[in-house]
Amino acid sequence: MTMTVGVALVLALLSSSWKAKSKENEAIFNKRAILAAVKDHLGGMDPKTMSDEEVLEIFGQNVTQMALNMDGQEIDAAAVEAAGHKGGMAENIDMKKEKKKPEAERIRPLFVYKKDGKEFYILSIRGNGLWDEIWGYVALESDWNTVAGAAFDHQGETPGLGAEIKDNTSWAAQFKGEKIFDNQGNYVSIAVVKGGAAPSNPHAVDGISGATVTANGVGEMLERGLKYYLPYINKVDDSKKLSLN
Amino acid sequence: MAENTIQESAAPEKENIVLDPQVVEKKEREPLFGKAERKLLTDPLSDNNPVTVQVLGVCSALAVTSVVYPSMVMAVAVVFVCAFSNLFTSIIRNHIPKQVRMIVQLVIIATLVTIVELTLKRFSYPVYKELSVYIGLIITNCIVMGRLEAYAMANKPWRSFLDGLGNGIGYGLILVVVAFIREVTGKGTLFAGSGIEIKIIGPSTEYAINTVATSGIGTWFSWYSNNNLMVLPAAAMFIIGIYIWIQRSINPKLVDIS
Repeated sequence: MTMTVGVALVLALLSSSWKAKSKENEAIFNKRAILAAVKDHLGGMDPKTMSDEEVLEIFGQNVTQMALNMDGQEIDAAAVEAAGHKGGMAENIDMKKEKKKPEAERIRPLFVYKKDGKEFYILSIRGNGLWDEIWGYVALESDWNTVAGAAFDHQGETPGLGAEIKDNTSWAAQFKGEKIFDNQGNYVSIAVVKGGAAPSNPHAVDGISGATVTANGVGEMLERGLKYYLPYINKVDDSKKLSLN
Repeated sequence: MAENTIQESAAPEKENIVLDPQVVEKKEREPLFGKAERKLLTDPLSDNNPVTVQVLGVCSALAVTSVVYPSMVMAVAVVFVCAFSNLFTSIIRNHIPKQVRMIVQLVIIATLVTIVELTLKRFSYPVYKELSVYIGLIITNCIVMGRLEAYAMANKPWRSFLDGLGNGIGYGLILVVVAFIREVTGKGTLFAGSGIEIKIIGPSTEYAINTVATSGIGTWFSWYSNNNLMVLPAAAMFIIGIYIWIQRSINPKLVDIS
């Protein structure tokens, strides 16, 4: 009895006194992941090794964020809170929660990264790998078409195989320069092709040998995840068609 | 996990009989750091190593050892949990009813593990992310429970603390050795994920030995590529197996002839 109370007290005390800092760490971790998608445009800094202060500084100065609903409309903080994400900022949107909702009710974060007069749009996507969920951020250039960078992460993919989507930076670097719309403005996304994609094809990248399921998962995640942003993209750039396939 | 549960139920009894003569040993006046105490610390490092001799805690040893840095954090966490759960259990050992002793032990272990988890979340969030599941699984790590049952329930606090410390370090030692071999041969790096990452060998200019270089030392290693098997948990099984083989060749008294 005494022991239970004592133990509970100690844990409660520790947990509550460190909660703020833990939350802050989590936020920095997320911001770092978002910045990893535009890592070639951070002015030579590596999002993996830069300090927490640098992450906060870049994120605070160069990034604006907004939350979108499935019709491509920007929604306010209260609506984000109502959707179940404490804090109400786009970065507070928990994609894991969103993935469980019916498609029509989902909301999506959009981050706009500005650097030297150029704008990059960072989209958040989430899907399924082989063992568990995978997720990532894809940065588009200001034409809303060309990929400026992508970063992926996973819950439990096999190290050395599926986990390469995160660990092998040269694999993720393949996405740079790929296009998600064809010349007519139809949405085609980017496929991950087993056995290697033709270098001339701007809508496909190479798969990972030994990790076909994870690689296919990435392809499917991109196809479905980027489509959620089409209504908004169509609104700001009407050369991009709102294809509903 | 399945493997863990089986070991948990089977191992402590076996240990009680075979591996721990100290359990029955009792002295009136004990020196703070006498021969017996030193033995408690050093025995688990080699002759009574929890992983290679008692074959406990293999599950997490396979899972977290693909790179050195998280393994070191894991090792420190287990040393902490093992030492202090032994200490606290030993302090209250005479007040624990026999029937519920496992539950009491679990409360102590779970508390310490939660403290470790909170500490990591507070001070090293990326490592917490990397290890998250396995930190929680320290609760089921048979080394911790095994030492409580086999030693702390029957010995005085100071000695129990040393025993926990020794066993934690014994486990951590294997973890770091295995992780070192796996990271260097599997990834060509050392301490990846920490602030002092060293890139040793690999196909780009970032590495000390650049296997695709056109001049210098790298040209001698143009045949080299990382061993992808080493990244997989199965490699840890092989390394631990070879470690056990070498250890028993050197020290034949460890070989169980029965």
